[in-house]
Amino acid sequence: MTEAFDILLAALILGLALWTAIARETFAAVLGFMAYGLLLTLVWVRLHGVDVALTEGAIGGGLTGVLLIGAAARSRATESVSLAERPGTLTRALAAGLAAAVASALAVCVLILPVPAPTLAHEVAANLASTGVGNPITGVLLAFRAMDTLLEAIVLLFALVGVWSLAPDRAWGGRPGLRHSADPNGILAYVARVLPPIGVVVAMYIFWVGADHPGGKFQGATILASMWLLVMMAGLADAPPIRRSWVRVGLVAGPVVFIAIGLLGAWTAGAFLAYPDGLAKPLILVIEFALMPSLTLTLGLLMAGAPQRPEAP
Amino acid sequence: MSAATLFGLCAATLVGLGLYGVIAHPQPLRKIVAFNILGSGVFLMLGSVARRGAAAGMGGDPVPQALLITGIVVAFSATALAIALLLRLSEVSGSVTLSSDAPAEPKPDAGKA
Repeated sequence: MTEAFDILLAALILGLALWTAIARETFAAVLGFMAYGLLLTLVWVRLHGVDVALTEGAIGGGLTGVLLIGAAARSRATESVSLAERPGTLTRALAAGLAAAVASALAVCVLILPVPAPTLAHEVAANLASTGVGNPITGVLLAFRAMDTLLEAIVLLFALVGVWSLAPDRAWGGRPGLRHSADPNGILAYVARVLPPIGVVVAMYIFWVGADHPGGKFQGATILASMWLLVMMAGLADAPPIRRSWVRVGLVAGPVVFIAIGLLGAWTAGAFLAYPDGLAKPLILVIEFALMPSLTLTLGLLMAGAPQRPEAP
Repeated sequence: MSAATLFGLCAATLVGLGLYGVIAHPQPLRKIVAFNILGSGVFLMLGSVARRGAAAGMGGDPVPQALLITGIVVAFSATALAIALLLRLSEVSGSVTLSSDAPAEPKPDAGKA
């Protein structure tokens, strides 16, 4: 029964991926991609990666899908121009040949993976107790491989700096994106008033249970950021001008706390990002609490895009 | 066939589909979508390897799973930057094309419009 479900799921995913490749309209392809992201979430659950499923659903399918739809809607007018630049038959045949070769090589690799599979699960299980957290993924993210998580938060900041640097000169320091206006009595404004309180509670719950169960700051921050986006799209609140100092401080506060605790580890525990004995859990909590608002702000502003309007007087 | 192998093979096909789209699609936005398909294929392959490493009462090896979460977030930030570049390009030149001999005349700061 589950085998049949898996095969159906794999077939649907491949079908949707093919659809995004061959659909004539970009908008249709992007919608296919969003459905693909949601189905991929199911695959992660089938592969016993519930934390990954939450991240994929929130970020991979959700935020990326919204970004793509916005871009597709704005570049619709120029679509026909670039369609005429379709590469020649030879290029496409070579591309298909290369893609088939890479896919076959990977498929062979999948089939000849070593048995029994190498795993670090035993090491994680043996050392998890010293971190004080119950969810092994959180343990890996914030203790065993904390450096990755720190760099990831910094990559997000760099991406935001990159996006901001695309602002036209006159809009530098101003508000990102276009001003959204919606009917104040319409359904969007209604949803944007009713949903955020529920969303905030769900986000905090997912954030808090992340210590012992699937969830965590990234998933929670994504939900918070999408609630913020909803409020902005309904025109209930405008995006903040990026020159505001609270925006700048908020963005870097999380990574700065993370780095400070890392340096504290270098001083007290002998290695950058090492936690002193018995203090692992409280320090992890401090990092999570500091990162969550910064991540929310970063994700929300990344979605809002480059500054386009000078700050209104 | 186990779920890990099935989705591993699925991942290999996704990488192929994405790679073809990145090369063969003329529109930059479609290239970004294809790049995301390619990326999710890579993630899925790592996920299938993680599932095979199930041990010690865990459904999968937690180390690759944690790396996957990091990877998905980094892929998102790259996509956001790519889309911002794309929108700025269409704002400045009025058309979105990667062709080097396109007749796009860049107007000086057309963003004023």
